[in-house]
Amino acid sequence: MTGPAGSLPLSTGRGSREATAIVYQELLNPHHAQTYTGRAYWGLFPFAALFVPVLTAGLFVAWEAVVHLTGLTRTTGEFWSVARPLLLGLGWVHVILIFITIFSMYAVWMERKVSAHMQCRTGPMEVGRIQGSIFLWKRFNFRLWPKSWSPHGWLQTLADGLKLMAKEDLIPKDADRWIFILAPIVAFTGVFISFLVIPFHGVLSSFIPADLDTGVFFFAAVTSIEAIGVIMAGWASNNKWALFGAMRAATQVVSYELPIGLAFLTAVVAAGSLRVSDIVAAQGPDYGMLAWFVFRSPFLLLAFVIYFISSLAECKRAPFDLPEAESELISGFHTEYSSMRFSIFFLAEYAAMYVVAAFAAVLFLGGWWTGIAPVDHFLADAAKSDGLLPRLAAVGIGVFAVVGKSMILVFFQMAARWTYPRARLDQVMYLCLKVFLPFGLLTLVGGTAWELWLEGGWPKALLG
Amino acid sequence: MSPELQSPPLAQPRAPGDVRTEEMLLNIGPQHPSTHGVFRVVVQTDGEIVLDSEPHIGYLHRCFEKIAESVDYLKVTPYTDRLDYLASMCNNLGYCLTVEKLMGLQIPRRATRLRMIVAELNRVASHLLAFGTYGMDSGAITPFLHAFRDREAILKLFEIICGQRLNYNYVRIGGLAEDAPPRWLDQVAAFVDFFEPKIDEYDALLSYNGIFIKRAANIGVLPAATAISWGCTGPVLRGSGVRRDIRKDEPYLEYDKVEFDVPIGRGEVGTLGDCWDRYMVRVREMREACKIVRQVLKDVPEGPVMAPEAKKVLRPPKGEVYYRIENPRGELGFYVVSDGKDKAVRIKCRSPAFCNLSVLREIAHGCMLADMIMIIGSIDFVMGEVDR
Repeated sequence: MTGPAGSLPLSTGRGSREATAIVYQELLNPHHAQTYTGRAYWGLFPFAALFVPVLTAGLFVAWEAVVHLTGLTRTTGEFWSVARPLLLGLGWVHVILIFITIFSMYAVWMERKVSAHMQCRTGPMEVGRIQGSIFLWKRFNFRLWPKSWSPHGWLQTLADGLKLMAKEDLIPKDADRWIFILAPIVAFTGVFISFLVIPFHGVLSSFIPADLDTGVFFFAAVTSIEAIGVIMAGWASNNKWALFGAMRAATQVVSYELPIGLAFLTAVVAAGSLRVSDIVAAQGPDYGMLAWFVFRSPFLLLAFVIYFISSLAECKRAPFDLPEAESELISGFHTEYSSMRFSIFFLAEYAAMYVVAAFAAVLFLGGWWTGIAPVDHFLADAAKSDGLLPRLAAVGIGVFAVVGKSMILVFFQMAARWTYPRARLDQVMYLCLKVFLPFGLLTLVGGTAWELWLEGGWPKALLG
Repeated sequence: MSPELQSPPLAQPRAPGDVRTEEMLLNIGPQHPSTHGVFRVVVQTDGEIVLDSEPHIGYLHRCFEKIAESVDYLKVTPYTDRLDYLASMCNNLGYCLTVEKLMGLQIPRRATRLRMIVAELNRVASHLLAFGTYGMDSGAITPFLHAFRDREAILKLFEIICGQRLNYNYVRIGGLAEDAPPRWLDQVAAFVDFFEPKIDEYDALLSYNGIFIKRAANIGVLPAATAISWGCTGPVLRGSGVRRDIRKDEPYLEYDKVEFDVPIGRGEVGTLGDCWDRYMVRVREMREACKIVRQVLKDVPEGPVMAPEAKKVLRPPKGEVYYRIENPRGELGFYVVSDGKDKAVRIKCRSPAFCNLSVLREIAHGCMLADMIMIIGSIDFVMGEVDR
């Protein structure tokens, strides 16, 4: 490549390694050479992705240990019959709040990292740098971690959250003050309530906050409450951009209820119950992964695809992020929001991402069943046993399975956001009403016929 | 909308019997993420439908033409940098070629060849930004950062050759500010090798993405006749299927000695002259620019880069001249009138972005609000050049 000065420049061919090396080393920042190729991304993600499932599993194992050792579930008497539901309810509220907070903090960080590595950047790298290490063997300068170590900006979201809290809380003069204040609360409440039927685990039947008889129906009902908060925000802001965002949110979220409902119904027909724990119970423990609803019939597979894409529209994620289309509507419905009010919208958005992903995992991807038949049998047996250790192990595995599957779906939500352009409003509505709705009806009718034909699913019919 | 500025109303796109809702005036800009600078357009909307739009310009007016009358010829060059700040090299080149023609200067061949390289590299950089921001307008942020990575390498090449990353002032009257460092041509060759396959990635990532085609095709259709009558040039005109490129039609520098195609819109995925065609012309021009750079690199002679006749104070002979070159955005023309003194009597800049932008109202009628953003992006104007 490099000749003596004055000689003709030599082309090494399109896309040659030498040319790429020269560009990365001499024309771009050589420290980021690995990022430019997008390789760093695949190295980081598999480890980072375990964070939320492992942490949540630990939380619930600890909960189960406390409950089991104190015998809180076995106590009887007048006092405990009143106090136990209260205590459990309080406990669940805090567990969900803690989970939403941890998940949102992590998901924002993850979103920034996923986007950064897809875009040849590093993303946040500095916040949370650890100065000083622990010597293991001073003579050989052998440390537990480097002297100055930055674990990929892991505290960035915390710093951003603190900054948001310190911001001035602005309410526009001409805004409809009370609706403006209420809107983020309504939006967040909608997502928060829908956590009630999201199982963290169900083997021991105590890890669904409220295992309602009409769980799926309840979920479909309360997830649209968030849209009301969004519409309130857009209307109260007294801003045309916000109003456009609210109009779009109203159109889009309400319409996508229909294909989502049909996809739900297909799974409900297969399980024969609206109760979340029954639906998951129908997907295991026999036949491993083959028992998952997504593999039970082609119609359920189609229903899963319809639900996943519609859920992107439901929680206003790209490519359906029209209500907050930043290139068209500045920020859409939350243009006028700042400080904590804005971050509550933000929290609601990320919590909604988890909620819809977890519900997809529960309805179609086997919920807490791991998909490995021996492990699933162990889970089923542990539910009947009274020993502490099997129960703790079952809790850990179950929570890890549910949250892990949800995180994988959340990752796909993020990957889609950073890959695709945004659809236009009429195209979004076309997709919903002219594509998903007929196909959703097809899945419902076809799925029902399939269930009548192969009662109990094809693994049972074929494998015995 | 002020009545005296309002043009006669265009036909209403509402279907007969449709519900009549309140119309809304929406102020897009001057502070808006998608107006590419301080551009303001007042849009009259019926729901999401744009009924009428009225562009307002002038927020970035800096009296370029008046300043150019009050400083030396040499001192005008830095001001041309600020016209189309995404293609400063080309602006320098257009102005310098005009004055050189007025003076009858012969510039050294090495300077000519280097000028071609920097002009084409700058065309790539400018189109990269257009490509990236167009992706952003359509809601895809990733292409933007991929484009910026590659644009960064071009800026670094410019930084190596002239010390600046945005306003270069590198092309001077009579030649170039300084010679290229010895390794620079190798680096340019490496960049072209590196960059050409990236265009295929861009096509896979954005150009042929289904959602993007749905968003950009059949939107903002600009028929060839309209484009010509409004004075559109560059990719906006070529997107409508008109094969017009000053580099081919009136070759300057040594563009007649290199082989390249002039990509035009063909209406592949929609109507001829839609946003996708305009966008695609830019992407294809990046390939052509690489082709040109490759050919120019094969023959860059040694020698001086400044004509010896070019003095510190220039006094062109009495006369007037108009000269135009193909900027990334279209035909950039300079009209210079000299009375034999060291300052020009009049310098008029014919900016392509201004003419291209003027067609906005014509093609944005009846589209949706989201399409409005796509149309603004497909025109790819730079407010520094519109307002001057």
